[in-house]
Amino acid sequence: MRDSFIIDDAVGKKFLLNREALVSADVLKREIKNIFSKCWIYVGHSSELKKPGDFQTRLVAGRPVIFVRSATGAVQCFFNTCRHRGALVCAEREGNRRSFVCVYHGWSYRNDGNLAGVPGAEAYAETFDKSELGLRKPARFESYRDFWFMNLDPNAMALKDYLGRATDYIDLVTEQSPSGQMEIISGTQEYDIAANWKLMVENSVDDYHIPTTHSTWLAYMANSGVSIEVPKGEGLVLPTKGWAIDLGNGNFTTDNVNFRGRPVAKWIPIYGEDSKPEMEEIRKELVARLGAERAQRVADTNRNLVIFPNLVINDGSSVTVRTFYPASANKMNVRAWALGPVEETPTARARRLDAFLTFYGPGGFATPDDVEALELVQQGLANWEDDPWSEMSRGMGRGPDQQQLNSDEHHLRIFWRRWSQMMESP
Amino acid sequence: MDRVKNPPVTRAEVEDFLFQEAALLDEWRLEEWLGLLTEDATYQVPPNDRPDSNPADTLFILSDDIVRIRERVKRLSSPNCHAEHPHSRTRRMISNVRILAAEGNLITVAANFVVYRARRHEKIREYVGAYRYVLRHSEDGFKIKHRRAVIDTHELGSLGAVSFIL
Repeated sequence: MRDSFIIDDAVGKKFLLNREALVSADVLKREIKNIFSKCWIYVGHSSELKKPGDFQTRLVAGRPVIFVRSATGAVQCFFNTCRHRGALVCAEREGNRRSFVCVYHGWSYRNDGNLAGVPGAEAYAETFDKSELGLRKPARFESYRDFWFMNLDPNAMALKDYLGRATDYIDLVTEQSPSGQMEIISGTQEYDIAANWKLMVENSVDDYHIPTTHSTWLAYMANSGVSIEVPKGEGLVLPTKGWAIDLGNGNFTTDNVNFRGRPVAKWIPIYGEDSKPEMEEIRKELVARLGAERAQRVADTNRNLVIFPNLVINDGSSVTVRTFYPASANKMNVRAWALGPVEETPTARARRLDAFLTFYGPGGFATPDDVEALELVQQGLANWEDDPWSEMSRGMGRGPDQQQLNSDEHHLRIFWRRWSQMMESP
Repeated sequence: MDRVKNPPVTRAEVEDFLFQEAALLDEWRLEEWLGLLTEDATYQVPPNDRPDSNPADTLFILSDDIVRIRERVKRLSSPNCHAEHPHSRTRRMISNVRILAAEGNLITVAANFVVYRARRHEKIREYVGAYRYVLRHSEDGFKIKHRRAVIDTHELGSLGAVSFIL
């Protein structure tokens, strides 16, 4: 394996990525050690656990965990592994339980993780201590605005510090809700892509690809009455201007003026004439609560936010929370949800979900073409030894006083610099 | 729901119609397929973890009204629909057809499906599940008012996408 995967030449204004980073099983091994075991990894959202005892089991960075609200109401995360001989103690996808009972020998754990019962406990010696045999937890488990993350590194910085300036962008999303409470909406999109997981990071924020990869989605928007005309002479590839912004610690976002409609609260004809009064009400509430300027930020701008390494919040045609893990160097598992304000009316909720499907997901008008593009990249990368470098310099020619656009590759370079730095540390 | 007694049409008539629809889809004769739909037709694929849900309150894989179905066909017919260009080769097996209910000129139909999808050099993907149709019947035959394809796998997983008409 190489020592360094990027050539980052500020003077020559060149940025090259070595493609071994996207194909190598050894690289993946090091990623699991240096990145997935050191960074804050998204587990779930408080709203998925409404009542005490509610749980979700899921794989997080390859580890089976139970994400659960205990009897006292605390949100917790446990490794889904019996302390006795290792079986999953919960094989259900979701539900509500006071305890988790291992089907192998019957060890049972309360929903706060403590070991409650061991059949035939008298066969153990005095040194057998049930209080030491509760379900194990990740070293750290913290939340920001109901988004829960785990960290396997006990010495990691606090989540709030790790998120840094990204919190302002999470706030912009959660401020859609009058009470500041957003919820994961029922229904999960889970699908695999035969491509390296890092290609999904790039794709989730890369606005350069939209006119080509998604021309049929743009045509659908145009047919529905959305203007997709690109202003001449400004170097834009999309109808409105957008920027790419470094948020620190490998986190970054795009920040775009919306043209494609927003359920909160920018009307487009797809929503229907009869939705106009309600959407005006939603906007009025935003202005009253947040003031005109901030309301405009919430309602009229989109953001595709990456929390390093593998959480994406796309606040565009709708809000999607999307996370993805490497299954191998050339395959990833993607999981995506819709997010909405808890107090949303049934009509606004239906509009949000319908808007989601115009673009996102495995049946949307855009995502299947992203999947195709990423799989074509992965297939092309079979030539990595003969054609080893990807060219990722777009935007480096801009002067220091010029902002980087969402259609540049500035934000992709932020990701790769951070990734590279973490991979090179021992 | 059990099979309805004394339905106004025969199972064989319904099967003939569904087999004809399957042939149009397998042959990518999508404009002709649109002709089988009513002016208020809907087409849905629910999420794998909520197969019995409603698209008004649950995130679906897809949920189209007739306007979006037509847009979907436009998209699928474009060479810029990268996920389906070149077109997947599909082969639909439809069985266990039952007439569940009949009311006025509408009948509710259940059927099982296996849709094999082959694309370039990839392994064949098997979409296995159940259809639910609401068909409108008249002297001119059937029209599809509602079609819903429920996939049996617990997650979409390696099926990847529902980029064609399932």
